[in-house]
Amino acid sequence: MAFTQPPLPFAKDALEPHGMKAETFDYHYGKHHAAYVTNLNNLTKDTELADKSLEDVIRMTFKDPAKMGVFNNAAQVWNHTFFWNCLSPTGGGAPTGELAAKIDAAFGSYEKFKEEFKNAAATQFGSGWAWLVEEAGTLKVVKTPNAENPLAHGQKALLTLDVWEHAYYIDFKNARPAFIDNFLEKLVNWDFVAQNLAA
Amino acid sequence: MRKLLQQLGFVVVGITLPFLLVIYQANAQTQTTPVLAPTGSALSANPAQLPPLPYAYNALEPYIDAQTMQLHHDKHHATYVNNVNDALKDYPDLRTQSMESLLQNLDKLPEKIRTKFRNNGGGHLNHSMYWQIMSPQGGGAPTGQLAQEITKTFGSFDRFKQQFNQAGADRFGSGWVWLVRRGEKLEILSTPNQDTPLMEGIYPIMGNDVWEHAYYLKYQNRRSEYLSNWWNVVNWSEIARRYDQAKAS
Ligand SMILES: [Fe+2]
Ligand SMILES: [Fe+2]
Repeated sequence: MAFTQPPLPFAKDALEPHGMKAETFDYHYGKHHAAYVTNLNNLTKDTELADKSLEDVIRMTFKDPAKMGVFNNAAQVWNHTFFWNCLSPTGGGAPTGELAAKIDAAFGSYEKFKEEFKNAAATQFGSGWAWLVEEAGTLKVVKTPNAENPLAHGQKALLTLDVWEHAYYIDFKNARPAFIDNFLEKLVNWDFVAQNLAA
Repeated sequence: MRKLLQQLGFVVVGITLPFLLVIYQANAQTQTTPVLAPTGSALSANPAQLPPLPYAYNALEPYIDAQTMQLHHDKHHATYVNNVNDALKDYPDLRTQSMESLLQNLDKLPEKIRTKFRNNGGGHLNHSMYWQIMSPQGGGAPTGQLAQEITKTFGSFDRFKQQFNQAGADRFGSGWVWLVRRGEKLEILSTPNQDTPLMEGIYPIMGNDVWEHAYYLKYQNRRSEYLSNWWNVVNWSEIARRYDQAKAS
C-alpha cells in the first residue's frame, strides 16, 4: 500500500491573518511535502519497506547509510504531517491543564519553556526542526538537523516547528526569529500537543 | 577615509606607506569594487568584514532576482561576518590568522567557539567567493587549460554541468556543491551547511550555494531550475584564476 499525504487540517488560506500565507502552503504542502511522499513511494516500491507503517520505516532506516534517501523522505513525510497539526487558525496563547503543569515542572515556567524553544529553533544551523518531546516521563526541548526526528531517537514528539528556510522565506524572508515568535504567539495548536501527551 | 589617511600620511614612516596607499586606492574606488582583496589573497579575520557586492543587486537578473541578492548579501552574509567577529572577540591571537588558515585548523580552535566559527567562518568564506565567481557578464564556457581539464575529466563541458547540477540537487538540506582539485584531479563534491572543502585542505575552485535562501523567492522548491540557470552568471575569468591558485596550492 502506497504512502499517502493526508489533507491539510485547515484551508490553505486559514492562517493568512496569522502570518502564514496561502502561497506558503501552495509550496510547502503542495510541493515540498508532496514531493517527499512521491519520493518515498518511488524509493520503497517493490521493497519490503513498502508495506511497513511510516513510523516503522523511519525507525528501520535511521542511520543506515544505504537507506538514507528512504529515511530522509519518510521522516519528512511524517514531520510535515505532524507540523500541519501543530498549527491552527485559533492557535497561540498558553497551554492549560496537565500539559501546562508538565511544562512548568520541566522548565520552571511557560516563559522559560518559550525561551528554550525559541533558542533551539533559532540555533538549528541550516535546515531542521525544533521539538517539544517527552522522554522518560519528562518534557524536553530538542532540535534536529534536516529530516531527523524524535521517533528516530526513541522520544515521543509533542510539538514541532519546521525551521527549514522554505518554511518561512515567503512570509518572513531571512527573519527566522520573527517566524518563531509568530508561531508561538499566533499559530501553535496546544490542543494537539495535549492530545499527544495524553496518547 | 581620505582625511584619515592624509593625517596618517604625516606620521607613517616610508616602509608602511606603500601598504597604506594600496588600501587607500581600493577605498577610493566606487562601491562596486570590493575593498577586501578578491578571493586570491587570504581573507582577514581581524576583523572579518562584509565585502561590498561587486555589482548592483539587480545585475544578475533575470537568473537571480534583486531582492534575493540584497537579502543574501546584506542579511545572510552580514550575519556570518558579525558572528565570526563575535566568536573571535576574546581571541586576539586567533584574529591575526587568516580565515582560510583558521578553517583549515578547526581542531586547534577552543572548543567553546569551534562550531560557531566553523558555521559562520565557513559562511563568510563561501559567500565571499560566491559573489566573485558570478558576474553580469558571466555565462558561456571556460577556456584554456581549465576547459581542457574539464573535458578530460568529465567528458565534456555539458557533462560537467550535468554532474555538478546533480550533486547540487542531491545535497539534502542546506549546503554547497563544489568543483575542487584533489591531488592532480578535478572532482565534484558537496558539503553540508557552510562547510568548505578547505576544512579538508582542499582549495575550492568554484561552488554554488544550494541553501534555500539562495533561490527561494524566485524558484521556490525548484532547486534544479536555479542550478541550471546559474551557469548564465558564472564568471569564468575569476574561476580560471582560482583554478590556477588550486594548482599552485
Ligand atoms: Fe518543510
Ligand atoms: Fe547563502
